[in-house]
Parts: sequence; C-alpha cells; structure tokens
Amino acid sequence: MAPVATTEATVLNLVTSSTRAVNERLTSPEAPKTVTVTGPQGAHALACGLDSDIDVTIDGHVGYYCAGMNQHATVTVNGNAGVGVAENMMSGKVHVKGDASQSAGATAHGGLLVIDGNAAARCGISMKGVDIVVGGNIGHMSAFMGQAGRLVVLGDAGEALGDSLYEARIYVRGTVASLGADCIKKEMREEHLTELRELLDRAGFDADPSEFTRYGSARKLYNFHVDNASAY
Amino acid sequence: MCGIVGLHLREPSLYPQLGALLTDMLGQMCDRGPDSAGMAIYGDKAWSKVGESTVSLLDCPVPATELAATLSASLDTTVTGFDLDPTTILHGVVGAADLATAVRSVVPSARVIGFGDDLTVLKGVGNPIDLANRFGLPSASGWQGVAHTRMATESAVTAEGSHPFSVGPDQCLVHNGSFSNHMSIKHQLERDGVAFDSANDTEVGARFVAKQLAEGVDLEKALLMLNETFDGFYTLLVSTADSFAVVRDAISCKPAVIAETDQWVAMASEYRALANLPGVDNARIFEPEPEEVYVWHR
Repeated sequence: MAPVATTEATVLNLVTSSTRAVNERLTSPEAPKTVTVTGPQGAHALACGLDSDIDVTIDGHVGYYCAGMNQHATVTVNGNAGVGVAENMMSGKVHVKGDASQSAGATAHGGLLVIDGNAAARCGISMKGVDIVVGGNIGHMSAFMGQAGRLVVLGDAGEALGDSLYEARIYVRGTVASLGADCIKKEMREEHLTELRELLDRAGFDADPSEFTRYGSARKLYNFHVDNASAY
Repeated sequence: MCGIVGLHLREPSLYPQLGALLTDMLGQMCDRGPDSAGMAIYGDKAWSKVGESTVSLLDCPVPATELAATLSASLDTTVTGFDLDPTTILHGVVGAADLATAVRSVVPSARVIGFGDDLTVLKGVGNPIDLANRFGLPSASGWQGVAHTRMATESAVTAEGSHPFSVGPDQCLVHNGSFSNHMSIKHQLERDGVAFDSANDTEVGARFVAKQLAEGVDLEKALLMLNETFDGFYTLLVSTADSFAVVRDAISCKPAVIAETDQWVAMASEYRALANLPGVDNARIFEPEPEEVYVWHR
C-alpha cells in the first residue's frame, strides 16, 4: 500500500539529526506537509532541492545555500541566512526573517524570495525570473547580469546596482550608491506601480509604490559595439 | 577557503572559558581549511606569564629547556621554556623584542612566530581540532583569542605558512583570501628595511600593518592604509594588545560575520562558528561592509 502523507505538523531537530537525514525526510514522498526544523546552528544546504508544496519553517540561523533549487515549497527562516539562500530557485517561496548574506537568490528562475532584513552583496546576481523583495538594504553588484524577474528594495542599494543588466526590473525606495554599466533610471508608469503594489502585497510589506524608483537596462551592451568598449 | 575565528571577551567572568569557546569555534571551521592551523591567545597566565615576556618559536633545533638555559646565560636573567610540538614557548623578565632578538642570535634556524607581553602563538600542520587539543587550547584562559584553519593557496603547507602572522609585539593578523600585489609591496617594505620570514602573501599584510603601528599610526588608520595599498581578496582579523579589528576588501567575496553582545565580540567566516557562544541568541549579528574598518578596544 502506498504510504500516506501525514498532515500533522512535524518537528525535526538538527541537534539530534544530521542535515542529510533532515533533507532526506523533507524530500521523501512521505514528507509531512508542515515541518518545523529546530536547532539549525548555521548548517549548510538545509531544505535544499525540495520539490513538493511542503511548508518548512526553520527556527534559527542557517548557513550556505539554504532552500537552494526550491520548487513548489514554502521555506521560512526565523533567523539569518548564509551565502546563496534560494540559489537557483524555480518556484515556491523562501522567506528570510533576518538578514541574508551574499548572492541571495542567485540565478533563480522563479518563485518569490522575501528578506525582511538586509541582503549583502550580489543579491539577485544573474537572476533569471525570480522575484526578490528585500525589506532592508542590499549590497554591491546586486542584480548583476539580471536576465528576468523583479528585485524590490525598500532600503538602499550598494555600488554598481544592475551592472550589465538584461531584462530584470529593479525598484528601489532608498538611495542607490551607484548604477552599474548599462543600468539606468526609468520612468514609473502605471503598469509599474501596479506590478510593484502586487509584489509588495505578496511579500507582506506595507509600502507606497510611488516612493520607489525603477531601474533597468539601457540595452547598450547587448551586442558588442566598439564605442562601448570602455564600459565592458 | 580558509576559516577565521576570533573572540574578544568584555566580561572577565568568561575569561576562564576563552580556550574552550575558541576551540569550539575552530572546530566548526575545520572543513574550510583542514591542512594546518594556528591560534593565538591573549592573557593565559601559564602561556604568557605575568610580568614576563613571551616568545613563540617554530623549528627550534634544541629542546626548550636547553635553549632557555643558553638564553639565561647570554641575557644574564632567568629564561624558562617548554615545548608544545612543533611550537616552543619561552618566557623571560626582559623585553619581548629583546628576547626575540636573543633567540634569533642563539638559534638562527628557528622562526619567531610571535612575541609580546600578553600573547602566545601556536601553529602546526594537520587537522586543526587535533592540533588545538594537543596544544591544550580547550583549557586556556584569557581575554582574547584568534585562530585560523588554512587551505593553502599562495605558499606551501607548512606550520610557518599557517596564520596568524604575528610580526609585531602582541599583534596578530589572520587572513582569508589572497593578495594580488603583495610582491611589489614586499619589495617596497624591504627597501624600507623590513625583513621577511616567508614567501607567504599574508606576511606582507602583517608586516605592512606592523610597520604602520610601529610608526605610531593607530589600528583603524593602519587598516585604512592597507585598503588603499593592497589589491586582492581579503577578510582580515587583526588583533593587538588592546584591540580587535575586522576589515574586508571592496569586493567582499570572502565571507565574514560578526556577533556582538555586552559580554563579547566575535568574528568568524561563518555563523555556525558562533552558534554556541553564550548569549548568541541575543547578539547583534551583522556582516561587515566592504572596505569598512571595525575596531573594538579593550
């Protein structure tokens, strides 16, 4: 007889279980629908590769690559996240209630990444369709080579925002230390206010879209042109 | 990769736990650099006797007691010593720099890896936590400690190549990353009369900082000057007789996390090294900004 998924909340403790054992449980066909993981103590690669609509809450700070490659699952971190949280996410939602380290949401193709606190350098680097909403500030080189998706920042952005940007859209409420090559300020039209309002609502932030500035690609670097050589 | 850990205690009741806390931090960073390790403790009364200077040595060709006897005769004062293989520790009622000079004269093949009034440096090749246990780090006490697990990139896997680099009195510098323009800076320092012990790029950073401090520059300014002078990847933890400092390069690709409470300041390459510190749940935890110098004073 096929195993029946339990709907009861389950607690997995990383002080007494290995990261591998917890990840195997979370990705198994018999995984509970709702799981709380306690005692993460900065463990790496926690809740990685999830591919069902499981709801995972991690109580504490996590290390590198938490919730990487996520599909369908909702992962909430009640703490800070290390390097590469939600890296290469495909769908689902990852919510970090503290700060995130470098390369949050790197190369992610879809889904929603919400960071209540600050994100460090290279947030959304090479984003390919993910939506990222950051309640605090982001570090330098964020959205570098961003190809698709939206990056929303309620605080300030560091140096070289959107360097070599393709088609990702960036909304920043605070200051931008500097724009990267080919990234320019753009007009906020009604469609952008609507899009931003929807993103803020989904991420759970109460903010006025009209306070944000939109940034995007000037599309000068798509093809090599000798007059742009100094920008490469 | 390399792993850095450091702990600056503000609360004296924690001093007896320094070694145990630092050992646990180091243990979490073993897989970032499993080939060799070094550690430095400020204020352990056995390793750094009160009222005496301390010199730490590597590659001492004679037993510590024999070297101590020779130094006692040449300095006309009592010098004591003991071996913590492969490190040798010497004490004497004489200036730390004078004791280090005397050591270099008596055993020129040995390498001074630390000297000061309050500092003991221990280094070795092998698994970092095995080394720490062999040295007795878990039972050490003191007010400040730094340690490093090394994944060698710029020079050979030797005890000499492991961090911290301690080239000025009571000073330590540990590094995760690599300097790219260290040879030109090294040549300039050599023209200014600075001597080097190794081919290691991190030693250039340590010598640079030590030179600025010797010339009366304060630690914050010295690290700002380092930012202006050095290219490459670096997360640095720099400690002195009364300070604990962190700085990162402009790109900040090497990780760093700082936690601060009223009782202590701690820094590590990753959060998991901080996870067991007392009161960490209430700590202010943050990632240092690129090229910003963070300094705490005793």
